[in-house]
Amino acid sequence: MTIPVAMTVNGKSVSGKVEARTLLVQFLREHLGMTGTHVGCDTSQCGACVVHVDGKSVKSCTMLAVQAEGAKVITIEGLAESAEKLHPMQEAFRENHALQCGFCTPGMVMSAIDMVKRHNYQLDEATVRRELEGNLCRCTGYHNIVKAILAAAPAMKSAGV
Amino acid sequence: MNAPTGIGARVKRKEDQRFLTGTGRYVDDLPLARATYAHFLRSPHAHAKIKSIDTTAAKAMPGVVAIFTGKDIADAKVGGLICGWVVKDKHGQPHKAPPHPVMAVDTVRYVGDTVAMVVANSHDEAKDAAEAIKVDYEEKPANVDLAKALDKGAAEVHAAEAPGNLIYDWEIGVKADVDAAFAKAAHVTKLDIVNNRLIPNAMEPRAAAAEYDKGTGNYTLWSTSQNPHVLRLILSAFVLGIPEHKLRVVAPDVGGGFGSKIFCYNEETMVTWAASRVGRPIKWTAERSESFQTDAHGRDHVTHAELALDKDGKFLALKVETIANMGAYLSTFSTAVPTYLYATLLAGQYTTPLIYANVKAALTHTAPVDAYRGAGRPEATFVVETIVSKAAKELKMDPAELRRKNFIPSDAFPYQTPVALQYDSGNYPPIIDEAIKIADYKGFEARRAEAKSRGKLRGIGFSSYIEACGLAPSQVIGQLGGGVGQWESAQLKFNPTGNVQILTGSHSHGQGHETTFAQLVSDKLGVPMENIEVVHGDTATTPFGMGTYGSRSLAVGGSAIMKAADKVIAKGKKIAAHLMEASVADVVFENGTFKVAGTDKAVPLGQAVFAAYVPHNYPLAEIEPGMDENAFYDPANFVYPAGTQICEVEIDPDTGVVEVISHTAVDDFGNIINPMIVEGQVHGGIVQGVGQALLENAVYDKETGQLISGSYMDYTMPRASDVPSFKLGYKVTPCPHNPLGVKGCGEAGAIAAPAAVMNAVHDALAPLGVSHVPMPATPLNVWQAINGASK
Repeated sequence: MTIPVAMTVNGKSVSGKVEARTLLVQFLREHLGMTGTHVGCDTSQCGACVVHVDGKSVKSCTMLAVQAEGAKVITIEGLAESAEKLHPMQEAFRENHALQCGFCTPGMVMSAIDMVKRHNYQLDEATVRRELEGNLCRCTGYHNIVKAILAAAPAMKSAGV
Repeated sequence: MNAPTGIGARVKRKEDQRFLTGTGRYVDDLPLARATYAHFLRSPHAHAKIKSIDTTAAKAMPGVVAIFTGKDIADAKVGGLICGWVVKDKHGQPHKAPPHPVMAVDTVRYVGDTVAMVVANSHDEAKDAAEAIKVDYEEKPANVDLAKALDKGAAEVHAAEAPGNLIYDWEIGVKADVDAAFAKAAHVTKLDIVNNRLIPNAMEPRAAAAEYDKGTGNYTLWSTSQNPHVLRLILSAFVLGIPEHKLRVVAPDVGGGFGSKIFCYNEETMVTWAASRVGRPIKWTAERSESFQTDAHGRDHVTHAELALDKDGKFLALKVETIANMGAYLSTFSTAVPTYLYATLLAGQYTTPLIYANVKAALTHTAPVDAYRGAGRPEATFVVETIVSKAAKELKMDPAELRRKNFIPSDAFPYQTPVALQYDSGNYPPIIDEAIKIADYKGFEARRAEAKSRGKLRGIGFSSYIEACGLAPSQVIGQLGGGVGQWESAQLKFNPTGNVQILTGSHSHGQGHETTFAQLVSDKLGVPMENIEVVHGDTATTPFGMGTYGSRSLAVGGSAIMKAADKVIAKGKKIAAHLMEASVADVVFENGTFKVAGTDKAVPLGQAVFAAYVPHNYPLAEIEPGMDENAFYDPANFVYPAGTQICEVEIDPDTGVVEVISHTAVDDFGNIINPMIVEGQVHGGIVQGVGQALLENAVYDKETGQLISGSYMDYTMPRASDVPSFKLGYKVTPCPHNPLGVKGCGEAGAIAAPAAVMNAVHDALAPLGVSHVPMPATPLNVWQAINGASK
């Protein structure tokens, strides 16, 4: 049995028919072909699948597609204004070499943006490290991710995003 | 002005744009029309006989396309998976080589061993059907405890082919000479350690997708591989028998490897084999719990070591006895890891004149064990650097001073160690001096006192590692039993408009080849970065190559690129000489332009390239058209990065919680192409090493063989809050035998860190009388050590 579902993803209205058990990440990847959001575990720990649902960061492997009915979803594909103008967080990750294999990166960036906003653009290293509890990276040792987030916070504030 | 892009510049990575915008293309991201999805049924038992498999109900489930069992594969005469390195035991006999069927036929040998493959229209349907397969198992006793695996009476994993679970009993060095040195020693330090078993955990789970083209009979396999050509070679020559020219292997964007994606696994074998039978593409992506159970694990040694010193603290001899876990089957390079990549590193940075090591490789009913970041070298460094620090404690010597006293002097290179390797270059004292400076070693006792006033135990630990990486030369590797060459390939393919593709046989899964390799060519040939594309990971487009592991890509693959660039310059000179009506001998190449010395005649490289493709005015009698140069580079020796790490920890004696306060690494990687990328490699390596020391442990239940640490809820991955930011420094002694003067940097962090952290832990706990905490130094292990010691 399939269930119709409709939502907004990166500003575009989308709809589809899913099984009740279909996860939001499956809907994004398999139904919409938006493969920027990754799946790195099956216990909601790694954070590679983080997206924003109605302005909050959510592990899209932990939410059913039908639960996102009517929601506004933003994924990594929807962040940059254009290929030339990335979101300040994306730019900070590039500037600070905060990614290596790139697999955890979409979730890291989405979590980091939410983190900066929740802390009103004011973060220190200890807070960033504590807040990254739900995102695993095996390549970078976190050093440059922390640096990037600290650099992005004022950049996001001045860019008004 | 544009930012510099040449050698030594911190060039931002070319690959980041796609990774940052969600447009990378990993195996699971591939859109394959009419794809089916595979799911593998795994053994829930560590050791059992398969009495029967009933797939009737499963085959009738919705969406099921096909189900294959081990018997189907055996009937189809598919070969077993191979171990590609023949290690000869101490009697000169090749290691025992039990069969490694692609799927279990009548016996399962570890939890996660593959029993059946279900192919269905969706992954969920494949998974549902797998649950409906009825397997009748007869459980048998399992052999899980490595320390007891070789004992009489231990359950045998492959009774017929490897009696007593012994794969080999190997040695290096002359035991009698070492024993004689011990007899004369003023002091002997003894060490018993378990090098804990690790699960690699690249963030992208392994994945494979395959397609068969009925018209041409060609197969394409997309795999999360670090070395697609070697994977194709193994599949073609040993396992599936599909000729190499009919099998294309593509490793697109790959999300980390750390060794675990070097090997040929059964799932990629099965999807390729089954693609032609099913007649539709097949996709498979591991769930994380499958990765935990079936990726090749790392480390897992039980070791006893003894160091003999004279009255002045000079090392006289080192004796090491190790049992190394192979798991239930021999993975692709498993046999080499605890021998040629381990015991040959036991000299460390020191002049220890006599070394004897005995390594017994044992089978257990656990997942196969193979190379994981550092592969043997972290295990060797852990033995050497913990025993040296322990000796310093016993002799009441400063750990840095004891190290300095025994360092190989800088004028002794090339230095022949007693364990086969000849170190090409190095200068160790300035490295430790720099590390001591950065870490403010002098101020440590004040910090220790300050911590004590807060009720915390502060400790400091050193680790001065040596690494041999960029395995080479091929002839030596062959003599040691390695089944492959150890060269690397490169092709510089210029297009008529002057832009260039660098085709490499190595593979990037995070290391940044697309940037570093482009820097090499930009620097050498003066081509702007944006006009350079690095192509890797596709057997259909790149020359045969050995892939990426063992910190080899730059030292070996980068050197091949430089050789190809030399050929471009040589050919370009002939073209330019013709265009400038000059003698080839008078043409020089500078800043991307061919010039005749002492004149204003000049031909930019782009013009020479265009002439090569539109050869209207061209020396066709002497040279062929086109600008497409190949090179293969087989190094003369390994490269030998070295460094010192200093870790400082604080321990809460009430809870046993260890906090890493600071961690310093000073490395000699030879010349550095992109410091930004190198630092990233060091950071990541250190955290994997800290993970091994404090957090990570693959635990099997010793009775049942169940993997207890089989998810991120049970296996503690290092998180951002577990580590500090790092302090790094460099010293440079260029490698004398490769054209770039480079050494490897990919594994160093992980090699040195565990000993640095554990030495710091032991230093912190020494006032309580604790001399040993098992790795990982979890709060429980530390608390038990404290309370055991005080009783």
